[in-house]
Formats: sequence, structure tokens, C-alpha cells
Amino acid sequence: MVKPKIGVYICHCGSNIAGTVDVPQVVEFAKGLPAVAVAREYKFMCSDPGQSMIKDDIKNLKLNRVVVASCSPLLHEPTFRRAVQEAGINPYLFEMANIREHCSWTTEDHGEATEKAKALVSAAVKRVYHHQPLETREVPVNPNTLIVGGGIAGIQAALEIADAGHKVYLVEKDPSIGGHMIQFDKTFPTLDCSACILTPKMTSVGSHPNIELMTYSKVEEIAGFIGNFKAKIQKKARFVDESKCNGCGVCMEKCPWKADSEFDLGLSQRKAIYTPFAQAVPNVPVIDKESCAYFLKGKCRACEKFCEREAIDFEQQDKTVEIDVGNIIIATGYDPFDPTPIAKYGYGKLPNVVTGLEFERICNSVGPTGGKIVLKDGSEPKSIAIIHCVGSRDENYHEYCSRVCCMYALKYSHLIKEKTKADVYQMYIDMRCFGKGYEEFYKRLSKEGVTFIRGKPAEVTDRAINDEEKGKLIVVGEDSLLGTIVRVPVDMVILCIALEARADAKNVAQLFSISQGADGFFIERHPKLDPVATMTEGVFIAGCCQGPKDIPDTVAQASAAATRVLALINKGKVELEAAVAVIDEEKCSGCRICNLLCPYNAISFIEEDEVSRINEALCKGCGTCVAACPSAAITHKHFTTEEIMAEIEGVLV
Amino acid sequence: MEALVPLKETSDIILEEGGNPLELCYQCGLCTGVCPWNLVRDFPLRKLIHKTQMGLIDFEDEDLWRCTNCYACVKRCPRGVEVPHIMRAMRRVIMEVGAGKAPESFRITVKNIASVGNPLGEPPEKRMDWAKFLGVKTFAKGTEFLYFPCCYQAYDLGIQRVLRASVYIMNKANVDFGIPDSRVVCCGESARNGGAESLWHNLAQTNMKVFAELGVKKIVVTSPHCYLAFKNDYPELGGNFEVVHILQLLAGLIKEGKLKFTKPVNKKVTLHDTCCVGRREGMYDEPRLVLNSIPGLELVEMRDSREYSLCCGGGCMGRIWMETKKGERFSDIRLGQALETGASNLAIYCPYCMLNFDDTVLVMDKSGEIEIKDVLELASEALE
Repeated sequence: MVKPKIGVYICHCGSNIAGTVDVPQVVEFAKGLPAVAVAREYKFMCSDPGQSMIKDDIKNLKLNRVVVASCSPLLHEPTFRRAVQEAGINPYLFEMANIREHCSWTTEDHGEATEKAKALVSAAVKRVYHHQPLETREVPVNPNTLIVGGGIAGIQAALEIADAGHKVYLVEKDPSIGGHMIQFDKTFPTLDCSACILTPKMTSVGSHPNIELMTYSKVEEIAGFIGNFKAKIQKKARFVDESKCNGCGVCMEKCPWKADSEFDLGLSQRKAIYTPFAQAVPNVPVIDKESCAYFLKGKCRACEKFCEREAIDFEQQDKTVEIDVGNIIIATGYDPFDPTPIAKYGYGKLPNVVTGLEFERICNSVGPTGGKIVLKDGSEPKSIAIIHCVGSRDENYHEYCSRVCCMYALKYSHLIKEKTKADVYQMYIDMRCFGKGYEEFYKRLSKEGVTFIRGKPAEVTDRAINDEEKGKLIVVGEDSLLGTIVRVPVDMVILCIALEARADAKNVAQLFSISQGADGFFIERHPKLDPVATMTEGVFIAGCCQGPKDIPDTVAQASAAATRVLALINKGKVELEAAVAVIDEEKCSGCRICNLLCPYNAISFIEEDEVSRINEALCKGCGTCVAACPSAAITHKHFTTEEIMAEIEGVLV
Repeated sequence: MEALVPLKETSDIILEEGGNPLELCYQCGLCTGVCPWNLVRDFPLRKLIHKTQMGLIDFEDEDLWRCTNCYACVKRCPRGVEVPHIMRAMRRVIMEVGAGKAPESFRITVKNIASVGNPLGEPPEKRMDWAKFLGVKTFAKGTEFLYFPCCYQAYDLGIQRVLRASVYIMNKANVDFGIPDSRVVCCGESARNGGAESLWHNLAQTNMKVFAELGVKKIVVTSPHCYLAFKNDYPELGGNFEVVHILQLLAGLIKEGKLKFTKPVNKKVTLHDTCCVGRREGMYDEPRLVLNSIPGLELVEMRDSREYSLCCGGGCMGRIWMETKKGERFSDIRLGQALETGASNLAIYCPYCMLNFDDTVLVMDKSGEIEIKDVLELASEALE
């Protein structure tokens, strides 16, 4: 073996490191470490001149190992590995010491920080000595993509990838795609009719040759790794044959059995055989077993009698489909917050207290009231109060701001003024109109005769204290700009409810190996610089499943995710990390302890050879099996016992 | 028109005295909306908090002494701001730093506590006289519970009846308890929450010395204020006791079958939830369990019960020692709610609630319509 010749580079990182660590002292110390041929410092090692410094030294001084003491490897290990590779050294002959996140950023004591920096550099030097060159493997990328969720995010991403010529599987749990956006009436700030702008996209999805649409379906299992996933999808039985149905709708007309419409949030009824709304894609109904007389009592079968295409199939079974894809985009959306726990706002107890989403359905021309804004008794309201931040910005429910409510509250004011003569009151804490055209929309609304009252209401009550309040809902709270309590009698109260993570987000996260934040939404790789990638390679997120946002931002994220997928498909292959575990089959006793411990299911037992074997492609190098093996038969490349012991020795300087 | 200038020194000193929650307030105004003071007068609570943020506090302001620690605001505040802590901090600035003067009646109370260890100014050696003819034993090492009666209950002949009822019940249920000797002093809750922090330290140290000597591990109290003091405040000075309100103890005994009510009490009763242990500590079920276990007793709920219960007017934070003008008394409104239920008895379990409601019944001339009874009194009526 050629004797290691180590180059050590200490970064200032501006003042991030140098402000606390005495860098020159660390450089002097490094010079005295065994096998170190050169030690230097520079203001920003990751910059061009910094990298050139390393490359030149490798060439001129014939270095064969490099240590950079700077920031977290999560940030720049790939940068420096690439640099040394360009200079002709195997990228695994490089080691990083984190003297920023682990050192200068943890203390204000200069002495302490400098001593720790020396210890970390010593550890890295001792360790790099034992590094061996490793080769990365390349695997091909399957050009198919799985998109989970058929709302606007899923639809947008699907169309972009399909239009680029690649196959997309779009899986949606409801009978139709469209998500929450198809439930809206008009969208802010342009007041575009939501269905008018969304249905063309939905139709494109339904008829696109590259999109296989699986509605009323759920992903049951995922296995594999980036470029090579295997998914099991369960298609729930519709009891209608999709290939025969022509969407004529006679079955729905003739069905005598009803149930609450999920699409209308229980404000109207649908039939037992139904499409959730008229523009459903696919325009194929499903039979709801819980309300169908045939499934409940063995009677009726009217739909079957009247169907000209003989498309009704009561014997249909759930089907499982297995697909191979290279990338996955999660676009599962959000759930609306249920304000029942906020007893003082009366939702669920007082009539005419509705949520934002319910009001969307009321305004919608094909909604439960035919688009008329009316009270439960059918009369027109003379006054409406809109309460902001219900369930948002509230430690007792969700600490975050749901981002869209101020804007949809303004939108409702406009729709109310358009359709009725009602007085409108907005109870707000702040007005958040941040987007393009949003502040202008706020100004426009201010001229439409809306009264803004700044203060979070204490309660909505029907207890009148005088004749004017009799029969009304009274919103009681402080007008904080006046500094007095106000009582505002109205006919209807709209609660601007929070957007929250889906109830089954935990299951989705587990299934796809992604993480949820404390607020329940999925975590992106970096909140500013990488909002659509996750820590799991090949799995992307887009839209409200990542956090509450409006339609423009959702579409932007969906496009971003689609682009990332297309980039990988275009490259055609991915490099797999080389620092994986490998089993020495001579030493393996076949005990199989490692099989069950692997969180990535990367280890299988080979019956004929009576040993366990690790699938290098699935292995993420977590080290669990290495530690567990009672025969010490498993080696972790790049993290061998030798390397780890040397690092420990080095740190105990 | 004179422009105001924020005064950092004032907001800093309020922060120093424990007013940190003021930093979290984002001025939404929900607290003003839920504060019971706004039922009887104008009390712009949110504005007062903003004044602490700006340091523009007038330490002579009467409003600084209004808070009763009812926690209605804290429970609903979207930022979780503990408003009573801000109030207490300002009172410390007044009492300890001398930035202003407390209301006269409260100053007298504090003087009494400082000199003779109880707010009524009564002789300390007479503290346990109420127990003289009841055969109550003194706590000694090995006794399970220290029974710590509230100063007011111990000295005031009008409400002493509650202590007698409690002793009767605990004896019937074979609870092993003993009273302390008269070296103990006031738990200090009103002193502390009224801003007299150093006085409170002395009181707590005095009591804990006695408790340590006696080997006290468990304390049973009849006053929710003593409950809060021993459970939440004394640990700050190293105290480590298992504290139960007597109704929690009785509820437990009923569940274990060790306490059974046999005599019917055929009354329609409504229950007032005490803020200190109700909204603050979540004790709603135990008093209801005790009342529902009494045969013949019909329990009806007032509107605004449990976590929405309306404060009696205090209470906590020393309000009981301060004057509350007629027409501004929450207990008047609350009694109205009790009368609405048609109940013949309003059940309470706090000495201050008892004092306030007794007063209201007199002033509103309702003694023919409704009786104020402690839950313990009703319970003892149900025992042979």
C-alpha cells in the first residue's frame, strides 16, 4: 500500500468558524500530526479558490488523502469529494471534520472551541489514514413515475411528466380526481371559477395516453430504492365495470337510496351509486356498500336493471396491481380543521355557523343550495361575520398560520356582496395578503363595504341581551383598535378554519419512508433550497401535504417535483452510495439476526448457501446489522472497526 | 398632543420580576373578550398587556389589582400567555420595589400575615381552637395525612362549619389524619400573588421547617388556594409533598368503597366549579362524583360549568381582601345562573367562594330561595 500523504485544510467560513476558533493555531497543530504533508487555511474552502488550493496540492505534493475541517458533511461532503475526484483521487479517500455545527456554533468560549477543533481534526486525520478507495455503483432509472394524490398538485405533476413523454401512474383514493380545488367556487385573487380552470386539466389527465389513472385506489406497499421502486396498489371495487360504463348517469337517476354527500360535506345527499360531482374524472360511478340496499338487504338492483351497457357488477372484487416505477411524488393534500372542539364558537350547536369549505359549497352553483347564499331555513342572511384564524395561530390547536384564510375570507366578502345585500364583518388579527395581486385584492375589497374589526372573538352566542339581538348570532369580542368590547349581531358566521395534515399522514409517511414535522406535514430536504425533495431519494412531495399553501404555490411545487423527476429520468441512471455494509460469507453463521433488524429490508437469507446477503442497492449504511452481528461477519465499508477506533484515538488527543 | 415614548426600564423590571409571558402576546384581544371583569365594567386587558410591553404602566392604576387568577384567558390564549404571572410581576414591582401602593385593605392583610401569620390578624395560638371539641389528633411522625385548614376557615366562626364537616367525614371513612400545631402560618397564596414575594418566602420556609420536623409527606387541604400553594409554589423552594384537595381524597375513597353515603339528602343542588382547581388543575369530576354518590340528591349543571365556569370574584390573587364595588361582583351574576337552574342549594368547595356567595345572597336578599352549602356539608348530612 502506498503510504498515506494527508493534506489538511481548515476553513474560516467567514467569521462562522474563525470568529470563535483560533484557526492558525489549529493549522499549526495539524502540521504536527502523523502523515500530514501540508496544512493550510482559507476563508471559504468550498469556493473556487478554496477547491483549487486542494487540487493544486494534490498535483504538486502528490497527496493521496485529504481532510477538510469546515461545516457539516451534509452540506459540502459532495462538493469536496467531487473536487478531489477531479484531481485524480478516489472520492472516498476524503474525510471531513465538522468544526462549525459541532464546534464553533455550539460555544462562545474561544479556548474551548479551539481545543475541540484540534481534537476533531486529529480524529479526522487518524481516520482518513485508514480509508480505502471505494467504487460507486450505477443503477438504471425506471422512467415510469408514481404520483400519489389526484388534486391540483398531482394533476399538474402528472401532466408535465406525461407531456414530456413518460408514463405516469396517478393513484387517487376518492372515486374522482380534483381534490379540494374542485370543491371551491371562485379562486383568489383573480376570481377564476375553480371548476372552469381545473376541469380541462382533469380531462387531459383522463384522456392522456401516458397517464394510467387509478381512482378509488390506495398504495398498499412500497419496496425498492430510487430508480427502482415496486409498488402494490389496491383498487377498491366500484361494482361498476370501467370498461363498459359510458357515464350516462341513468343508474344514479334510478337509484332510490341516499346517503350524505362527502363532496358537499354532508350538506346535501347523494345516491348509493354515485359520482361525487358531475364533472368527475373518470365519469364512472361507484356503489357505496354502506348505503346500497343490495349489499345491505339483498334487494333492489335497480341500477343493474336500467344499465344499457350491463356495466353493473355486484360480484366485482378489490384488485391488487403491482407496478414498477423509478420515482414517486406524494401529493396527498390536506384535511380541513374541524372546529367542533372550540365550543365557544358554536359550530355543530348553533345553526348557521359554517366552516370556510362549507361556505365554498354553498356559494358554488352546483352546491347544496344551487349557489344561493341562504340560512338553514332558506332565508337570505342580512349580515354575515367571518372569523379568521380558527384553529390556526393557536397553541391550543395548530401553532402555524394556514396562509390562505385571510385571502379566502376576502374572497367570501366579495362573493357575499355579489350575491346578497348582506353586511359583512371580518374579525381578524392580522391581514396576510402576501402574494401577487393579493394586496391589490384587499384594497379592492375594502371598497366593497366590508367592516374590518381587529380582534379575535371570545364567543359566538345566541343569548340576546336586547331586542335587536333576538334571533341573531352575536359575535362577542374586543375591537382591539378601539379598545372596547363589541357585540356584532349577524345571521351567519363563517369560520376560517385551518388546513391541517391529513388524518392518515402518519401511515403515508411510514409507507414511503418520509418524515412528518411536529405540525404533521411532511418534511422537505431543506426548507429554502430543496422544498420538494425528501430525505428519501426518489420520493418527492408537492402541494399542501408539505404545508398549507395557495394554488399558485401548489402548482409551482408540483412543477418543481415533476422537473426533478424528469431530470432523473433524463439522466437514466443513479449512483449508489458506496459506504454500505457487506457480509463476509465465510464468517456468517446463518443466524439471521440481521435480517429482521434491517430497517430497509436490505438483507435476505440465501437458503442454498445458508448465509445472509445484503442487497447493496437497498442498503443505506445505517450500521445496525454491523453492530448486531454476533460473529462480527459484517463490515461497513468506510466505517470499518479500524477507521472508527482510529477516529476515537484521534479525538482523545 | 404629547407623543408617548416606550420606557425600556419599566418593561425590563416587569420582566425581571417574572413577567416574561408579556413577550409572547400578539395582541389579538381574546383575553379581553373572556375576562369576567368585562361583564361588570370596562377592562381593556389586552391594552394593559401592551402597556407592559411598552413600559407605559402607571403603578397607581387600580386595574393592576383586578386579576383573580381565574385562568379564563390563559386557557384560550392562542399564544399561551400566562396573564396572571404578568399581573403578579407588576404587583411585585409595587410591593417589593416600592413603585406604588397596594389597595389599603390588602396592605392591612399583608401586615397581619407578616406579624401574626394569618390574614385576619387573629392570635396565632388560637389557630387550631376550632378543633378543640372534635377530638382531632395532632399530626405526628407516621400519621398519613397532614390536614391543613385554611386560615379563614380556622378563624372565622361563620365558615368554620366546613372544617367540622370535613373532620366528621374523614373520621367516618377512617382516614388517618392529624392537624399541625399552631406554629404553622398562612400558606401565603394571597401574599405571593399580591406581590409580597419576600413575605411569602418567609411563610413558606416557616411552614416547611415544621413539615420537615413532623415528617410530612402528604397534605390534605380544604382550600383550593392552599392546594395551589403547596402543590405548585412550595416545590420552588424545595418542598416535595403529595397534595390532595379533600374532595379528591373523598372521591377516591368512594371509588374504593371505603366511604358510603346512606342517609338521603333530597335536595336539588347545583355546583360551582372553583377556578383554582377546576380550570387550572382540571378537577371537575371529583366534586360531581361525591355529590352524585349522595342518595336523593339531584345534581343540575349551571350554564357555563366546568372549564367555562364564571369566577366568583376571588379568591385568588388577594382579591378576597380587596373591596369590590356593588354592581361589579361576579358572584351576583353567578348566583343568578344558579337560581336559573331552580336548585335549592348552591354547592361550593372553597372558603372564598363561600364568603362571596354568602354575601351575595344577603345583599340580593335571596336567602329564602337558595342556600350556600359546601360539598362537605352536604356529604356529612348524608352520613349517619
